[in-house]
Amino acid sequence: MSEQQFDVIVVGAGPSGNAAAYTMAKGGLSVLQIERGEYSGSKNVQGAILYADALEQIIPDFRDDAPLERHVIEQRMWTMDDKSHTGMHYRSDDFNEERPNRYTILRAQFDKWFSAKVREAGATLLCETTVTELVKDFHGKVIGVRTDRSGNPIMANVVILAEGVNGLVGQRSGLRDEVAPDSVALAVKEMHFLPREVIEARFNLTGNEGVVIEAMGTITKGMTGTGFLYTNEESISVGIGCIVSDFAASEVTPYGLLEAFKNHPSIKPLLVGSECKEYAAHLIPEGGYKAIPQLCGEGWIVVGDAGQFVNAVHREGSNLAMTTGRVAAETVIALTRKREPMSAANLAEYVRRLEESFVMKDLKKYKGIPALLHNNKLNFFGLYPKLISQAMQTWFRVDGVDKKSKEKEIFKAFREARTIWGMIGDAFRVVRAWR
Amino acid sequence: MNHVTTPTPKVEEKLFQNRYLVDAGRPHIKVKAHDVPSAGLLAMVHLCPAGCYSATESGQVEVAADGCVECGTCRIVTHGTGELEWNYPRGGFGVLYKFG
Repeated sequence: MSEQQFDVIVVGAGPSGNAAAYTMAKGGLSVLQIERGEYSGSKNVQGAILYADALEQIIPDFRDDAPLERHVIEQRMWTMDDKSHTGMHYRSDDFNEERPNRYTILRAQFDKWFSAKVREAGATLLCETTVTELVKDFHGKVIGVRTDRSGNPIMANVVILAEGVNGLVGQRSGLRDEVAPDSVALAVKEMHFLPREVIEARFNLTGNEGVVIEAMGTITKGMTGTGFLYTNEESISVGIGCIVSDFAASEVTPYGLLEAFKNHPSIKPLLVGSECKEYAAHLIPEGGYKAIPQLCGEGWIVVGDAGQFVNAVHREGSNLAMTTGRVAAETVIALTRKREPMSAANLAEYVRRLEESFVMKDLKKYKGIPALLHNNKLNFFGLYPKLISQAMQTWFRVDGVDKKSKEKEIFKAFREARTIWGMIGDAFRVVRAWR
Repeated sequence: MNHVTTPTPKVEEKLFQNRYLVDAGRPHIKVKAHDVPSAGLLAMVHLCPAGCYSATESGQVEVAADGCVECGTCRIVTHGTGELEWNYPRGGFGVLYKFG
């Protein structure tokens, strides 16, 4: 094989890589996309919720043929102790709209669909091929990649690294540091199948309506993390994830934690009678704004999870991935049309454009949250959920005790567990990290 | 009720649901010979979501990566110790998610 030259090589075929490859192929560039899996999606794991807006900006009519499971009409936020959950639910018929805002999806199927669109747009996709290293010229500019397919390098004007959370290529080339165990979560998930009528009856749904549950509390055994349960067309995705350094310091197994979550009295009835057909695990970069590495350099750009683009507070990631992929692509298209070199200075336009978008604005807004939750995990994921549950039980149980005494009992429980100043401090810290 | 769960789950039963294409004889993760494992490597015995790591009677840590789901947790917690030789499986091999 002689040396091949492309306008751009995209490493990875997840949401960020597909968004980038699609946009650039549509823009007339010669695009080579390299994926280590058998097909796009075979290595990819997500909850998963698709946020329509980010995809709509890339493929406006995606609803015509994308494999979508259910559109989300109800969001349940739960704080849990061992026997109860206290919920904040929001359900609205407004979400039954012509162009729904959020969908549940199955990533293996969705990514396959997106990948077909990328190839239709004219990109070349090379699957079952792992990129092993970047090729640089004498000045250190990235000019291509090597793969495990052949010894010959494949050359391009610019390489877009959409290689996911592990990001081996970029790390081994010295473009960014290893992800720290305290800024990445390990999540495990199972796919539970049930007839669609059962799901609809169990969750009070009609047609393709869907419900998502996000949960926190004693389910993570004092570790920083959350659980989730999403309704798909004929299945339920149920999972739980915690920060890796918390898991390491505990003696809890990820699958044991998931089993306990599935057996929680608030979750178990939702899964009854289901058949589990897959077990998956994946890392989620949750370090936020402060963990974002260098995003571009001479001949390269990083997008998606490899760039730590996850808003953990809002459980958003794939939309940031697609948006960073699209913006990187638009930057490369503009430079190609102007015949400008793919230098670090020129590619920095990508970062400038991200700064003006929701991506960086949201990550900046929550830059203090990861450290706040991690440093106060026993309070936020253990003590407060327990106190909230106790308070609810005291308040709702009718047992001859007068309401004034109940109020006093609730207040006393909080005061004894956390002290007034402790609670004021926690409130202050949350407000400061949130604004 | 036909939904039976056990208090101590066997991860093997979960992995049994998954599809793999095992690259026989070419494990993508290797533990280098050691006397005493680092805290990170030792933690993998409970931390690995696929239960690939185990401790020997003499206190070393071993890996059998056939059921690996390629999450990368072991790579991250042993970073800097040099105890693992970690690569992705060759293109096309390893876990093949049906649903993801």
